[in-house]
Amino acid sequence: MAEAQKMQISDEVAIRIAGMNKWYGQFHVLRDIDMTVNRGERIVICGPSGSGKSTLIRCINRLEEHQQGQIVVDGTELTSDLKNIDKVRSEVGMVFQHFNLFPHLTILENCTLAPIWVRKVPKREAEETAMHFLQKVKIPEQAHKYPGQLSGGQQQRVAIARSLCMKPRIMLFDEPTSALDPEMIKEVLDTMIALAEEGMTMLCVTHEMGFAQAVANRVIFMDQGQIVEQNEPREFFNNPRSDRTKLFLSQILGH
Amino acid sequence: MTDATHKPFVRTQMLQPSAPPLREAGVVRWLRENLFSSWFNTILTLAGVAVIWLLVSSALPWWLNGVWTAGSLSECREIIAASAGEGASGACWAVVNERWNQFIFGFYPVGLWWRPTLAFALLFAAMGPVLFAGQKRAMLILLGSVAALVLVLVTLAASAVPNEVAKVTDAPFVWKLALALALLTLGAMIVLTVMGSGKLLWFTGLYPALCFWLLWGGPIWVPVGALFGFVLLAGVYAALVKRAGPGLAAGLGLIVALVWWLFLDVPVTVALNEAIPFGLTAVQSDQFGGFLLAITIGVTAITFSLPIGILLALGRQSDMLIVKTLCVGFIEFIRGVPLITLLFTASLLLQYFLPPGTNFDIILRVIILVTLFAAAYLAEVIRGGLAALPRGQYEAADALGLDYWQAQRFIILPQALKVSIPAIVSTFIGLFKDTTLVAFVGLMDPLKGVTQIVRADINWKGIYWEPYIFVGAIFFVICFGMSRYSMYLERKLKTDHR
Ligand SMILES: Nc1ncnc2c1ncn2[C@@H]1O[C@H](COP(=O)(O)OP(=O)(O)O)[C@@H](O)[C@H]1O
Ligand SMILES: [Mg+2]
Repeated sequence: MAEAQKMQISDEVAIRIAGMNKWYGQFHVLRDIDMTVNRGERIVICGPSGSGKSTLIRCINRLEEHQQGQIVVDGTELTSDLKNIDKVRSEVGMVFQHFNLFPHLTILENCTLAPIWVRKVPKREAEETAMHFLQKVKIPEQAHKYPGQLSGGQQQRVAIARSLCMKPRIMLFDEPTSALDPEMIKEVLDTMIALAEEGMTMLCVTHEMGFAQAVANRVIFMDQGQIVEQNEPREFFNNPRSDRTKLFLSQILGH
Repeated sequence: MTDATHKPFVRTQMLQPSAPPLREAGVVRWLRENLFSSWFNTILTLAGVAVIWLLVSSALPWWLNGVWTAGSLSECREIIAASAGEGASGACWAVVNERWNQFIFGFYPVGLWWRPTLAFALLFAAMGPVLFAGQKRAMLILLGSVAALVLVLVTLAASAVPNEVAKVTDAPFVWKLALALALLTLGAMIVLTVMGSGKLLWFTGLYPALCFWLLWGGPIWVPVGALFGFVLLAGVYAALVKRAGPGLAAGLGLIVALVWWLFLDVPVTVALNEAIPFGLTAVQSDQFGGFLLAITIGVTAITFSLPIGILLALGRQSDMLIVKTLCVGFIEFIRGVPLITLLFTASLLLQYFLPPGTNFDIILRVIILVTLFAAAYLAEVIRGGLAALPRGQYEAADALGLDYWQAQRFIILPQALKVSIPAIVSTFIGLFKDTTLVAFVGLMDPLKGVTQIVRADINWKGIYWEPYIFVGAIFFVICFGMSRYSMYLERKLKTDHR
């Protein structure tokens, strides 16, 4: 935690969501979401299953469309304008629960494809960048293998490296460790902690409360499509204010 | 229990193992396990043996007594009667021996046989860069074999001694020049392969025009004019893609190219031909026949149906209502109607839509219809492949900022096509066999068209099995080849390591 304080948060706004609502057909998934994320913030989002956590962060890079309200990412408002969407997507990296690596491409190709075709980086340079980030997630020696030949933990680290190769300013994580065997969770969390220490703006849906305490500067609790409570981690865990939060915390912490 | 006076007997040497009982080893064991493991299995085995015996004993003499050289069916029968006794049955392969050229070329002028032969050999060189992408060794072997094939076959075909005097022919030096040029091209391709260059695909791109010209002959300006349409398309696309985006640029390019093909191409090529007359002797479409016809239709339709099928499959998944409706309508209409119906109506409909005065070649018409027919089936096959992809792949591509076409090209289609390979190749095999249906619109396909002509010959009247077996065997070789290639491709592309 001492370390978490050291990581600096600027006043610059990275993401601003105001009065945002989303429906799936008749089903009101997200209700009146208001939140602002400053550059350098590390936010953990938690809440019971089905509360809309994934939907919320998928709205930030427009994998899901919102019907009401405003989402502004890095000064670009998300509307149906494709140019804006492309711009935001190239600024925002995303890591999925099930990795979603491209199984027909090697690890290196997975990492260089988007830089080459979206960022128009020369191939040689893209490969150097990719090797740099693969080194960072500690698997440079796997560069020429295919995703299917790697363990789950290794695949998720590749997925992180793949996102980083686009040099994003914001990273979204949707339960990055919940599809992993217990012994692999640590290697992925370590990678994410290292990323946080470098000052990356991160939004992370996770139930790893240890991670939240060590890295997050803010924890957001969601239930039934609403942000119920948000606070800095120590307060959040020690003095939860709402009953729903207390219930949730007792369920995941209290054995 | 140790008793010094009572020494137990201990053997100091191992006995040689004795052979297992006969029933537990080798052939006997295999038979017992696989053929006679239960009374039911035993009955099946015996029944199977009986059937095989019946088939072989009735057909074997026919195959063994086969005659390869004779002038007519009755001569065949005499030879068989003389060698195998009165009343013996025997195959008369002499008909194949004498008429194979018609099964291959139809009525294509004898003096020009070298042209389809050359086109056929070069087909493999054109397919190589696609079929064996990145496989240097396979490519070199292929190109080397094609060069040898070109040299031998073209020389043979050009010097074929015609039974009838060749009336239609090019100037005698033409085939030598063509042979030299072909060998030079192949040599250049081998050099490019060794250098690991991707430029080989240029040959693949130019091949359709070259093949068309070799087969139908005529002024060289016709294929050049057709190619120029593509040059226009590419030019317009390159000029506008930065400003207007890929979709609009491609659309405008297509419009310009269509205007060229429909209105300007013909007058310009005619004028050019008057200014600089240069070309090969023209061959009419009704002279095409046999496997020349089947392969021409089959290969062209296979080549063009795949991209059209992909576009239809993507269109069917599109969010744009009009595109989607058109694609669904097209696919369902084509799949709902028998190919023969399409072939019949094609001649009328296509003629109706084109500017008056254009005489639209019958083979071209058939090719277009067969292509569209196969494309509709391929679209559904590929849609299956697209549906098999997890949504996460689309999402990951989106999240990385790839646009629609980039995602399709690099992420979605490679995987969707890979899982669809067996079904795609099945469709291709079906398509190739369906080329025999062109017999119904009066074209001379190898199975019905040529065989009918051969059997109408007074010398071969009454012959039945032999020509069909011959044609069937060639179809089998080609289709089996496709099937093997698809298995090779599946193995090569297997990267999931599950
Ligand atoms: N594509 C969809 N169509 C309809 N309902 C959906 C869809 N995706 C998610 N939902 C519903 O929206 C709610 C929130 O889902 P999600 O954001 O995935 O929750 P969480 O990630 O918090 O578990 C759930 O009730 C889920 O059933
Ligand atoms: Mg979720």
